[in-house]
Amino acid sequence: MRRLVERVGVPRLLVGLFLLILFALAGLQRLPVKMLISSALVRIGMNGVLVLAMLPSIRAGLGLNFGLPLGVISGIVGMLVSLELRLSGLAGFFFALLVGVLLSLPAGYVYGLLLNRVKGEEMMVGTYMGFSLVAGMCMFWLLAPFKNPEMIWVVGGKGLRVTIPISHRFGGVLDNLGKFSIGGVEVPAGLLLFFAFLCVLVYLFSFTRTGMAMKAAGMNPAFARASGVNVEKMRILGATLSTVLGAVGIAVYAQSLGFVQLYLAPLMMAFPAVAAVLLGGASTSRATVFNAVAGVTLFQTLLTISLPVTQSVIGGDISEVAKLIISNGMILYALTRKEA
Amino acid sequence: MPSVPVVLKMIGITKEFYGNPVLKNVNLDVKQGEIHGLVGENGAGKTTLMNILFGMPVIQETGGFSGRIVFDGKEFLPREPRQAMAAGIGMVHQEFMLIPGFSVTENIKLNREITKENFLSRMFSRKLETLDMTTMAAHSRKAIDALAFEGIDEWAPVAGMPVGHKQFVEIAREIDKENVKLLVFDEPTAVLTESEAAILLDALKRLARRGIGILFISHRLDEVLAICDRVTVLRDGEIVAEKKAGETTVIELAERMVGRKVGGLRVPDRVKLPETGEDVLVVEDLAVNMPGERVRGVSFTVKRGEILGIGGLAGHGKLGIANGIMGLQPASGSVRFLGREISLNDPVSALRAGLAFVSEDRRNIGLLLDEALEDNLALTAMQVHGRFLRRVGPFTVRDPGSIRRYALETIKEFDIRTTGPRQIVRRLSGGNQQKVCIARAISLEPKLLLVSEPTRGIDVGAKQKVLEILHRLNREKGLTIIMTSSELVELRRICHRIIIMYGGIIAGILPPDASDAEFGLTMSGERSAERSGEHETTR
Repeated sequence: MRRLVERVGVPRLLVGLFLLILFALAGLQRLPVKMLISSALVRIGMNGVLVLAMLPSIRAGLGLNFGLPLGVISGIVGMLVSLELRLSGLAGFFFALLVGVLLSLPAGYVYGLLLNRVKGEEMMVGTYMGFSLVAGMCMFWLLAPFKNPEMIWVVGGKGLRVTIPISHRFGGVLDNLGKFSIGGVEVPAGLLLFFAFLCVLVYLFSFTRTGMAMKAAGMNPAFARASGVNVEKMRILGATLSTVLGAVGIAVYAQSLGFVQLYLAPLMMAFPAVAAVLLGGASTSRATVFNAVAGVTLFQTLLTISLPVTQSVIGGDISEVAKLIISNGMILYALTRKEA
Repeated sequence: MPSVPVVLKMIGITKEFYGNPVLKNVNLDVKQGEIHGLVGENGAGKTTLMNILFGMPVIQETGGFSGRIVFDGKEFLPREPRQAMAAGIGMVHQEFMLIPGFSVTENIKLNREITKENFLSRMFSRKLETLDMTTMAAHSRKAIDALAFEGIDEWAPVAGMPVGHKQFVEIAREIDKENVKLLVFDEPTAVLTESEAAILLDALKRLARRGIGILFISHRLDEVLAICDRVTVLRDGEIVAEKKAGETTVIELAERMVGRKVGGLRVPDRVKLPETGEDVLVVEDLAVNMPGERVRGVSFTVKRGEILGIGGLAGHGKLGIANGIMGLQPASGSVRFLGREISLNDPVSALRAGLAFVSEDRRNIGLLLDEALEDNLALTAMQVHGRFLRRVGPFTVRDPGSIRRYALETIKEFDIRTTGPRQIVRRLSGGNQQKVCIARAISLEPKLLLVSEPTRGIDVGAKQKVLEILHRLNREKGLTIIMTSSELVELRRICHRIIIMYGGIIAGILPPDASDAEFGLTMSGERSAERSGEHETTR
């Protein structure tokens, strides 16, 4: 029993327990529990890749990737290109992914170069790099030469809209792929499989020679150097992979949401992902695929179910507040706790 | 001599660090106006003794000490450096404790500023008084003049000064304190040029004449004899000699300092080297800019099948050599291994050429402390030679089977005490961690192994084991080894030749059976001074 507690960790047990209580309350209040579970599943798959994007960054010793908006913006541009070409369905989605990844590769590389110049301050610099990039892109969205009327302001005919609906293009393509229902719970099989596929890739990568080198570089740069590892290169690779996963992540997120959100939306994209991976038991220097999966499951289920339950029990909506408290509290906790 | 009062008396000082005794019943006294020399090898306990005198927190944190200190006729038990300073003990540090952006005066008067009233201070508090720079500068001038060193302007900023000048500023700060009764100098001449050192030694004598007791720690034995009244030799935490300076010689001191320590370390006989061994490693004019261990140009060769020792006191560059060859510290010069040039500042080049390194910094460079033993063992060979890998579809991933087999073999062969290959190395004892480091180096199947401080911080049993391992690798596999160590005894047990470093250059290459006196003299730079013409050019 004790070993089980140690393995899973006290914070995760507490959150898990809290979740059970919420589910019980939901049952008592005669809320549609099955529907809640279905929507939790969707949110897990939808946010999972963004959480997974934290791993390469943490492993390479860059800490939590607060610069995730860089990848997010690459992914958004990828989707915009796909929309501009009026592609739809799986083809549209994967074309968007392709363009997003191609854009995020050089972006992540440059980001890695930047982080190599600010060793020890990666998270701070990443945060503000993300913030300023989002601000800078606001101008780009206004001036970008996209022509498809689905995307641009109706009045004036210039500049991209704040939210672009994509449900008729590739919205829900993964969610609905192989979707099945079991005992009244709808399972978005395609979405979860896609997430699982990426998890396996990241997991396998961590055992490759490069993956091991990256881990060594992150844990102890001096050791890594003495073992013939090019630490700078590993850090750049970590930043690049994280950015690429960010680009893929936002595409998965948007197809579930049914909208591409521009302007200030990417600003806070990193925080729920950071909070989730921390909740899953990762620290600023150590993270596993298990941490990411467990974290996103707990965090997103909590958010899904706390809204209707608190609404029916208290009669008010505190879910947004709860989300902010949990996510920022987790981040604060992890950043103040220095590893021995 | 009852006429001269004793300033400091340390009685029966004993100190242990985690069960290792570092000071055993040490008695030391300094009289008023006396210059008392304290000499000893690194690790002899000089620093610990001074830490006790200054009440450094590290002493209390590691369980305090036993024994008494009487200072100025009163029982004295400092718990923090401030108390020692208040009592009248001054310390001139080896590393400078000066603020670069401040002027000489500001540094000397830091925290003891002279102030005058102004209207704000009258309204609020004394903390708002104005600095009386003129008086402060005058005081500083006086302190500097007392050292008879005119080269320093009391208004000049400290940043950019020659190190010698900084040293004088440090001393001026200490003698400016009015109540100072005892001054401790920890290797004050190490960074000075010869003429500066001469001025400093003169100044010390003048200070002593003013009635200040001086404790003078130095490795330069001729200096010690030149200015001290008495000399105490510390070896392995014990006082082995206390002599009047007039009644001893440099050779005797050197002998006492090094001494033949008869421990439990027994290693079988050295392998006889063929007279005409082939030179496998040729080092020419290697300079390494390693902080605290600078190498200023060394040339030597290593023969096939040899164990070459590198010894010397701390800070004289012995650790820099291996780090330079392995590309871990910025280096220049030429290193050829088996006829092929190794590119410096590039660890991969050295590793690929067949060199392997066991770092002196076990916990930071030698190990991934929070990883499993088997991953620590396998990682370097995986990166350098692609060992321990297998294919899974398009991926080449770590091969748990071969890693586990190698780990189990190693645990048995090196007698690593562990709960198993998955144990985190942080939990292993120092000696077992060291075995992991050596095993990891061996996993590279090196043609030349460099080990630095292989027995530092591990217990006697593990020391024996580690030395045996090195000896066995040399004897059975014919492995060529360069072993760097502060423990001269160990070098003399297993090495064929021993390079002694002094001041970043080679002071001498000695056979292991050279006399204690010869080792002592070489380590304290007496020998290199004789041949200074040869070395001046390489500086």
